[in-house]
Amino acid sequence: MKITPIIGIEVHVELNTNSKMFCGCPSNHFGKEPNTQTCPVCLGLPGALPVPNEKAIEYCIKIGLALNCKVNLHSKFDRKQYFYPDLSKGFQVSQYDQPFCSDGFVMLDSGKKIGIERVHMEEDTGKLQHVVLDGKKVSLIDYNRSGVPLVEIVSRPDMSSSAEAKEYLKKIHEIVKTIGVSDADMEKGQMRLEPTVNTLIEEENGSHYTPLSEIKNINSFNFASQAIDYEVNRQVEEFKLTGNEKSVTNKTTRGYDAIKKITFLQRSKEEAKDYRYFPEPDIPPFIIENELIEKLKDEIPQLPDQIVNDLVKTGVEIKYSKIIAINKEMLKVIEEYKNDNELDINKLAGLIVNKKIDIKGDIKGEYLKVSKVGNTNIEELELVVKKIITNNPSLVDQYKKGKTNVATYFVGQAMRETGGQADPKTLNQVVQNLLSK
Amino acid sequence: MKQFHELNIKEIHDGYLNKEFSCVEIINHFLKRIEKYNPKLNIYLAINKNALIEAEAVDNEISERGISRPLLGIPFAVKDNFLTKGLETTASSNILKGYLPQYESTVTKKIKEAGAIILGKTNMDSFAHGSSTETSDFGPTLNPWNIEKLPGGSSGGSAAAISAQLATVALGTETAGSIRQPASWCGVTGFKPTYGRVSRFGVIAMASSTDSPGPICKSAEDCAIVTGVIAGQDNKDATTSPLPVEKYSEGIFSKDLRGLRIGIVKEYLLPEMNEDVKNLILNASDQFKLMGASVEEVSLMDPHYSIGVYTVIQRSEVSSNLARFDGIRFGQNRDAFCEETKRRIMLGTYTLSAGYYDAFYKKAQTVRTKIINEFSELFKKYDAIIGPTSPGPAQATGISIKQPMYGEMEDILLEPSSIAGLTSIGLPCGFVDGLPIGLQITGNQFKESIVFKIADCYQRHTNFQLFPDLEKVL
Repeated sequence: MKITPIIGIEVHVELNTNSKMFCGCPSNHFGKEPNTQTCPVCLGLPGALPVPNEKAIEYCIKIGLALNCKVNLHSKFDRKQYFYPDLSKGFQVSQYDQPFCSDGFVMLDSGKKIGIERVHMEEDTGKLQHVVLDGKKVSLIDYNRSGVPLVEIVSRPDMSSSAEAKEYLKKIHEIVKTIGVSDADMEKGQMRLEPTVNTLIEEENGSHYTPLSEIKNINSFNFASQAIDYEVNRQVEEFKLTGNEKSVTNKTTRGYDAIKKITFLQRSKEEAKDYRYFPEPDIPPFIIENELIEKLKDEIPQLPDQIVNDLVKTGVEIKYSKIIAINKEMLKVIEEYKNDNELDINKLAGLIVNKKIDIKGDIKGEYLKVSKVGNTNIEELELVVKKIITNNPSLVDQYKKGKTNVATYFVGQAMRETGGQADPKTLNQVVQNLLSK
Repeated sequence: MKQFHELNIKEIHDGYLNKEFSCVEIINHFLKRIEKYNPKLNIYLAINKNALIEAEAVDNEISERGISRPLLGIPFAVKDNFLTKGLETTASSNILKGYLPQYESTVTKKIKEAGAIILGKTNMDSFAHGSSTETSDFGPTLNPWNIEKLPGGSSGGSAAAISAQLATVALGTETAGSIRQPASWCGVTGFKPTYGRVSRFGVIAMASSTDSPGPICKSAEDCAIVTGVIAGQDNKDATTSPLPVEKYSEGIFSKDLRGLRIGIVKEYLLPEMNEDVKNLILNASDQFKLMGASVEEVSLMDPHYSIGVYTVIQRSEVSSNLARFDGIRFGQNRDAFCEETKRRIMLGTYTLSAGYYDAFYKKAQTVRTKIINEFSELFKKYDAIIGPTSPGPAQATGISIKQPMYGEMEDILLEPSSIAGLTSIGLPCGFVDGLPIGLQITGNQFKESIVFKIADCYQRHTNFQLFPDLEKVL
């Protein structure tokens, strides 16, 4: 039996615009006193009307461009209708059939492309707080988050392992941070993940697709990865028991319990919502001009993958490059010294990644101090090593019989003799040479 | 000399300037009249308790600076779906009973800034769902011409306020006929601006894609003055147009209509229509010819199609717009919705449901586009088109209760221009059985000036803008 996970992910990214999506209230709501950043529009009071935030739309298009999407020249908002106490108007303004961007991709390091179906703009909901007040259990609504601009990035179901999913998510995270449209702080809920998972089970007598599960509102890459792994196993086990296959009616919605590390059923398709989408009559449709697209393209800085490529070309190892590419301070240091012949740029990269050098301090001075080369005088070192060999004939015998790891004893002793001044690489060679004689 | 309630905007301003009367006297007069006649007619739902204080301030302003604001000291009646900060606003629905708005609608803010004094809020069909004012949760308004007749709706309270002369100017809103139809049934002049000409911000939404706030007055001239104040782009309503607002009240005075081309719509003279009504429209047509316009018969799509289009789009939008009244806020639960509102929510929810959207909403939008295109073709050849506002005069009270489609049938001649977002005026053009009959003059989008010019010229040459004697009626 061969099992292939099939994974697609919806990512919600909260934008860092000054104001909300459809009103002038501040959009930075984290940690603010409840209901202090509201107005008739985001409270959904009678008569209030949404006025779209142009900056947010530009940010949404930038995300699309950074994800290699096509920008749709004709676009509009729609109303997505459902009841929930945190939804002030009884509908969410979102985009249905004409998102701002569609048909892009993210390239994984393996060269595999993960398709992006669409990148669309919508508004966040309020937040419920379930608390006990005067001994009574009550639910309170905080509308500070209501109307905060959200971009939803919907991938195609192109990922086939939790590792690919995690890599995809990290890349999205790096990209939105790099282009500066979102702080994407997972702990603050500024980036929320919803994987949809099923599996392809191939047996001798044919192949089967297990029913789809959408896992809601995950706020860490690790949880997403764990939830996917759990879900894949659960679906395979369930298939073994029931033989149920994917159909148009049996998609379920599940939650993830990060403590128990399990997913759990929230809603089955029978209870699925009909969102009754229709065009938002309060907001005229958009015609996106090519000029705007070009302007936004110019504003997008180099993306992490491009930076990694450039770093590798200048001689930085790929493992360092990936870390440096998403750290502005580190990148600045590398940019500054990449043409300085006195420094080995890869060595410098290693030192700053491993925090051997304080990047806020005197970089060059520290580099020279830390990377100071030890004693490489072979003759001097040979003298030291020969003395140790003479004092340890039995170990030399063992080495000759093939127990080559005793060489480390000699290196260690020699290092002690030299007070740590020997260059490890040279010393190592000297020891090997003398023992092999 | 005319009594205070008989004066139009200009006459009131002249009186203030000539110190014939004060604003306090005017407001006092109207408040007393309201106290006397409102219990019977049920026009006002709430009265502005500060009106006299505001009037005092107006008198001070006039003595210091004269009249520098276009609506200074003009008594207004405001339909109860405009949010007025601190003044109860219910849209005639129990679900908003006792609701004190936290903010002011753009339109009422503008009239206040122009110096108007709001006397109170007027009755309407609950959430503007109807053409009778009978669906109000606070009882029907009666027609000042005949209390056994309906005032029409949904702006029935505002139209009746002008007809009964319980205000000088009233504000209404029209989604499809809700200004022009009650204006016609009450025998007053009601103006519907182009969709997007007047801000909807702070107006409790009915059908967002056609809602148009507008004035109901004693004349086209007063409508032009008020529209000049309330029109314009609003940064709080994304559907308002950036086109500059013309000075409607200047330059509308025209001795004749020479050079204007008017179309009279053949299909609007419905086969089932009362012959007397038809004849009054044809008389009006002759009057336009006398005034120098050319009048030709034109043809449009059968207006019956508009009923289907309008019903689907409007119910869909209603079902969405009312979703916020979910019982969590605003004090009342959803069972406080009236029957008509529930019916509309049900129908709109159905037409937007998965599997039905294409058959209803999408199809309706397609036909709507056809209607819009048809009008724009017509307006290449004509400056305005005319027709009756309603198939007949005001109907008897009680008639709407058992007919869910009653309103749409009454508004059949007004729905096409509404779904095309055109500008139009309804004004009296004669009487049948002692009840006023309405004429509509419709212009292309943003051609308010032409509509005002034609209507004003008509009213200067005719004398159908009459008012009932309440002492005899009541």
